[in-house]
Parts: sequence; structure tokens; C-alpha cells
Amino acid sequence: MAQNLNPIPPELFLWEEALPGGCHWSGILRRGNALRLTDMSGRANVSALFYNAEEKLERYNMPDTLKAQHTAHLTMGHVCYSDMGHVLCSLIADSCGWHDTVCGTSNAAMVQAKYGESSYQTHRNAMHRNGRDGLLVELGKWGLGKRDVVPNVNFFSKVVADEAGKLQFDTANSRPGAYVDLRFEMNVLVVLSAAPHPLDPRPDYAPGDVMLTAWKTGTPGADDVCRNSCAENQRGFYQTEILFR
Amino acid sequence: MTTFNLVESSLDPKTAVYDAVVNAGDPWIHEIRTGQVFRILDLEGNQAVDTLFYNAYDPEERYSAVDTVRAQGALYLTTGTQLMSTEGRAMLTITADTCGRHDTLGGACSCESNTVRYALNKRPMHSCRDSFLHALAHYDGGLTKRDITSNINFFMNVPVTPQGGLTFADGVSSPGKYVEMRAEMDVLCLISNCPQLNNPCNAYNPTPVRVLIWNAPEQ
Repeated sequence: MAQNLNPIPPELFLWEEALPGGCHWSGILRRGNALRLTDMSGRANVSALFYNAEEKLERYNMPDTLKAQHTAHLTMGHVCYSDMGHVLCSLIADSCGWHDTVCGTSNAAMVQAKYGESSYQTHRNAMHRNGRDGLLVELGKWGLGKRDVVPNVNFFSKVVADEAGKLQFDTANSRPGAYVDLRFEMNVLVVLSAAPHPLDPRPDYAPGDVMLTAWKTGTPGADDVCRNSCAENQRGFYQTEILFR
Repeated sequence: MTTFNLVESSLDPKTAVYDAVVNAGDPWIHEIRTGQVFRILDLEGNQAVDTLFYNAYDPEERYSAVDTVRAQGALYLTTGTQLMSTEGRAMLTITADTCGRHDTLGGACSCESNTVRYALNKRPMHSCRDSFLHALAHYDGGLTKRDITSNINFFMNVPVTPQGGLTFADGVSSPGKYVEMRAEMDVLCLISNCPQLNNPCNAYNPTPVRVLIWNAPEQ
């Protein structure tokens, strides 16, 4: 089955939900289903964490993901590894090209210092929100908390390092309509915050809206691009698939 | 070629209040008090020292690789780097470094990641995350696997290319090099002196390191 589907065929469609800029979301995505994140305005950042829904002590592991695939960023062909050597999800399509893995989230102090005070009392649901608190609220719904916050993926954000390691945020990375498709290889708890990236240098608080679209993609075949992007991933997929035998 | 800013310390090992050797492949767990200075010395060169820190009173606050990277706007750790917590506070500050660069993206090896990275039959080999779990199982602090997050790899060189690649480069350490840091809060330090035998970063030969602590200088 072709994995790169745009638009998604109606017979495969499962559900769609808007995630407004700044807001947070969590839910379960099952093995064989996919989630498309679409950057509606070109200014979205989606901080994401992934947990094995059946054993939430198993979770996305940034270093294992980067080391296995010899990469510091994510794009099509890469997968997100758990700390137990399993593939949680695969990037089966990506019209953006670079997703950050090393900068973490904004927090309340950072957002207040950068964008000023904007509380619920004065701004109702247009209040400023930050990535860490968004993730913590969603994690709390599943019995998780501060101990479970690990380095996250920041979808749609690009941060480049020079030779000395100094970081530069690329404001031109995404664009309106850019999307990334995540196919789930396990039953996964997905936790998202659409608050601004912590290194976004733009002075105004204007996190982009995101559309979440789920569909049935099926499980990957022997010729899958993510499975075959490196020998490490072939082993990772094998170890994931034996869980479901 | 990036030139490293190498900074030496004037502290004399004879005046240290704690001085021990952590053997290759062993864990080490110890408190470091506010103002104390902590040195890790690479005795034989290019040994990875996988290190985690926790607030000694509230271990939910712990070292955060991504907050450290974000706070300094740069990937590598050296003199001047503040090791940041998940609550956005400085836990320790690196005050001397004769190696010049330390990694915080590469994480700690585990049985499971070794099976992915090297071969399925590597699972039985000793690993850092097994060492962490072993130490925590015998430490009466209520810490578990949930508390093992992304660590520092002292003496490891893991450059990121401008194209976003990750490489495990030749080591930049050598026998006798050290890194020293001042505690900005009371912390619990958990080390795995890495037993990895599948990676050329330590010449396939894990070696001991020396750890020293000095009391805060009198005001």
C-alpha cells in the first residue's frame, strides 16, 4: 500500500481534530494507524512525547533515536525509538524536512519573560501557554507527571548547530499546509503541546494552529522505507513486530 | 577545526574531602553539597562517564539535557556551562575543563539499544542503564527507571553536523584530563562508568575514572 497519501482516501479516514496554537492534546494511536500533523499557518511547533500505551514506563528516547539512525533531526524515513529498543512510530511522509529533537520545550517563566503577561483573567482562552505545562497537564490525565517528561520532538521546528555547537533557529523551515505523517508501530499514548518553540526568536506570541488527522495505514511491509533506511531500523522493526506475534 | 577553551583548576587533590576511583563498568552514587566542587578525572583517556544529577531533596527536579542545551543556545558542555534542571534552575556550573567538550545528546547505552545499534545477540552485555538500575535498586531513595532520563557523557565527543547528522567522533580526551563543576544546589550524582565494548569511542577498552570532591572555599 502506498504510504504517502495526500489527500487521505475517505475509506481510510478515522478522525480529525483541531489543535489550536498554544494548546495541548493527548490520545491513543493504535498499531497500523497513522496521524498527520498539519501546520495550518506555517508557524506551528508541536512538542511531542510518546509512551507505550500498555506499559507507560516505556517511552520515547531521544538519544536512542538519534544514535540508531546517526541523525540529530527527524524527517521521512526516520523512526522514533523507545528506551526498550522498539519503534513507537515512523515518519512515513514529511513535506517539511526537519523536526527538532534537542531543544526541549518552553516553560512558564520563559514565556512570560519573552512575550509578557497574558493570563486567563485578562485573555481567557487566548492566554499565553507554554510547552512544559501543556505536556504536564496532559500527562496528568494518564497518571504520569514530572518524572515522565523526557526530551521531546518539536515537529515543524528546525534548529541548526554550527561547528562549535552554537544553535540557530530557522524561521523559514515550515510553511502553511506543511505536514508530517506518523505511522504507529505499537499502541502509543501521544502527548502534544502546540506552544512556541523555546528558541523561536520572533518577538510575538503567535503559535500556529495544527490539524490532527488519523487514518488507517496498515502495518509496514518488507519493503517499507522506514524499516530499510538503515540496518538498525531493520532490527528495531523486528523487535517491535515480535511483540505482536 | 574548532579550538577548545581549556581551563585548569588550582585545587589540590591532597585537600579533597572525597577521593575515590570508579572502576570500569561500575556505577557510583553520591551527594554533592551546595558550593562543593566535584571533579571527574579520566585516568586512562577517552572513557565515557555517563552522569545524572537530581535535586537531593526533590528528585523530581533533575538534570535536563534539553534545558541545558536550550539555556546556553549550544550543544556541547565545557567551562561556563550551567547544568540546568527540569525546573529551569542551574544545578551545577562547570568551572574547569582540560578536555574541552562533553556530550549530552548521546545518552546511555542499554541492552535494548545495543540490540538495535549493533546486533540482536548483544543483549546480555553489560550496559550503563543496567548499571543505573543496579545502583538505584540498592539506594534507598525511591528512584526507579522512571527517573533515568537523558544524561551527560563526560569526555565523549558527539558532534552534530550543520546538515543535522550525528557522529561519534574520535575522543578528545586523554589520560589525566578532567572536568570540574561547582554545585549550585545540593545534588545527588549518579554515574555509570560506561562498560560499552561495541563502540570505538573508548578503543573498546573501558577504564577507571577518579572522582574528587572539595568543600566550598571559606568565605
